[in-house]
Amino acid sequence: MAQDDHSGAELAAADSSHAAQEFAGSTGTAVVPYDAFENPGFEPHRPRVTDQDPGREKRAQRTVYTLFYLSILGSVWAVAAYMLFPMESNNVDAVRLNNMFIGFGATLALLGIGFGAVHWGKSLMTSAESIDTRHPISTSEATQRGAVEVFRQADEESGFSRRTVIRNSLIGALLVFPLPAVVLFRGFAPQDELPAELLSHTMWKKGTRLALDPSGVAIKASDVTIGSAFHVIPEGLTELEHGKLEEKAKAAVLLMRLEPGELNQLPERESWSYEGIVAYSKICTHVGCPVALYEQHTHHLLCPCHQSQFDVANHCEVIFGPAKRPLPQLPIAVDDEGYLIAQSDFTEPVGPSFWERN
Amino acid sequence: MTRTKRRTGRRHPLAAAALLALGLVFTGGAYAALSTGTAQAEVDPNSQQTIEQGKKLFQANCATCHGLDAQGTNIGPTLIGVGAASVDFQVGTGRMPMQMQGPQAQQKPVQFTDDQVKQLAYFIASLGPGPEIPDDHLASGGGDAANGAELFRINCAMCHNVAGAGGALTEGKFAPSLANTSGVHIYEAMVTGPQNMPVFNDLNISPEDKRDVITYLKYVQDNRSPGGFELGSLGPVAEGLFIWIFGLGAIVAITVWITAKSN
Repeated sequence: MAQDDHSGAELAAADSSHAAQEFAGSTGTAVVPYDAFENPGFEPHRPRVTDQDPGREKRAQRTVYTLFYLSILGSVWAVAAYMLFPMESNNVDAVRLNNMFIGFGATLALLGIGFGAVHWGKSLMTSAESIDTRHPISTSEATQRGAVEVFRQADEESGFSRRTVIRNSLIGALLVFPLPAVVLFRGFAPQDELPAELLSHTMWKKGTRLALDPSGVAIKASDVTIGSAFHVIPEGLTELEHGKLEEKAKAAVLLMRLEPGELNQLPERESWSYEGIVAYSKICTHVGCPVALYEQHTHHLLCPCHQSQFDVANHCEVIFGPAKRPLPQLPIAVDDEGYLIAQSDFTEPVGPSFWERN
Repeated sequence: MTRTKRRTGRRHPLAAAALLALGLVFTGGAYAALSTGTAQAEVDPNSQQTIEQGKKLFQANCATCHGLDAQGTNIGPTLIGVGAASVDFQVGTGRMPMQMQGPQAQQKPVQFTDDQVKQLAYFIASLGPGPEIPDDHLASGGGDAANGAELFRINCAMCHNVAGAGGALTEGKFAPSLANTSGVHIYEAMVTGPQNMPVFNDLNISPEDKRDVITYLKYVQDNRSPGGFELGSLGPVAEGLFIWIFGLGAIVAITVWITAKSN
């Protein structure tokens, strides 16, 4: 079995019609298997113009080295462009020019090499067709036998199969060994609270004032005129030292005022709004995008990520799209000074489903 | 010979069409020349004459839907108390008079001159108090673009796109692009909440903050994107589509070229 250096001619000469001839004498109705696809061998060799016409060959040669020189030019140009078009702070146009000219040079440098090499290979390198067959994957039988012998000898000398108690205890030790790492992973999660608890509570609590995002200024009920949409955070969020974004991600609220007559509220939630002012979580119950595309006349709330639609006039029930639950409503009231306050936290976890809630 | 002769000159089959086109161009041109030549004087918001003119325009152009006294009908809302800002926005951007009933009023060429728009606006403002047309110093920018950008991202970008390129809403409605909207119209839209846009009153976004938002939008309108082609500023969808078609197309073309036999 020769492994390398099959010349193309040798393979092309293989008799591919052998199988067909063997079954040619059969006459019955039996389905005769034969290899319908014959190896067509090589197409007849077709010389290229560069093989025949020395002028064309010269031209191809010129093209290839011109491409390589262009590549050099591109690289040099990229270096020059870096100096000629420096990035200036506060000048966006300078950044554009810098990026564009350096990129132009680098593109020329790389494409010049690539196109030149391919053109060289296609037009000037030898065009004779040939086949390199693959190496057989398996090693020789002697090597295989040798390897098996090494294993057998090692087993015999160590007594791995014979001393079963030792073997089994070793397997046991290896199985238990990764356990500490698994337990240590718990350290990545918050320590004092269960993750499900954390997801179920937000910064809102009884008496927290509703404040404007991003200024943190408290909102009076009289500020919210009909048709308005306010983007709301809990008062005090802006002063948080740690975890500001985490708290905001859970507590973000959209505040809207509808004509009280247009609001169709659940009986148990009639005290949750104030003269047509309603507050809903801004976090989509599908996968948690901020839902804030509010239409003041249709009262539709659209989530831009997957087109879930919620009807604010009908306790934010889902009217279209993949969201499964209505947006959680924040119960609100008005304090003595006329500011809007939360009656409590959300009564259900905000945002998408998680393991303990679906 | 006679046949070809009959088909030239004023007996040519296209002669009638050409004559018609010429006539239309001339009458249209004459009308345009005359109509631009009319009054240039500043419209006085309080003069009785302005309000009278506005009332006439209103009754001729708007009363079919909004009622003779702007009290509203079953096909158009009342305009008492919507304020001059609302009229200046709706009529000044060509949304009113409305082209057709639909998910929302479409923008079209403005139907009135600036003076007529103002006359209409002051007539409506005289019917009941409402938002006024903003002062120039608030509507022409010149504020803090960074603050405006933050407010825009929080309050506006979800519908209008972070670069103001606009976007789709529910059931055929959409938030329009702000690329060519004037500062006055942006300000009026925030105050009045046209179509389905929510209202952003002065207690939600103060007049100075509104000026900052306009400053930011002007900045986006005047400065080209640092990243080169914006592809409509639509973000990953447009950019992804571009690279899938042209980037992968180029790779396929080069692959075909590499593997094809040379001549």
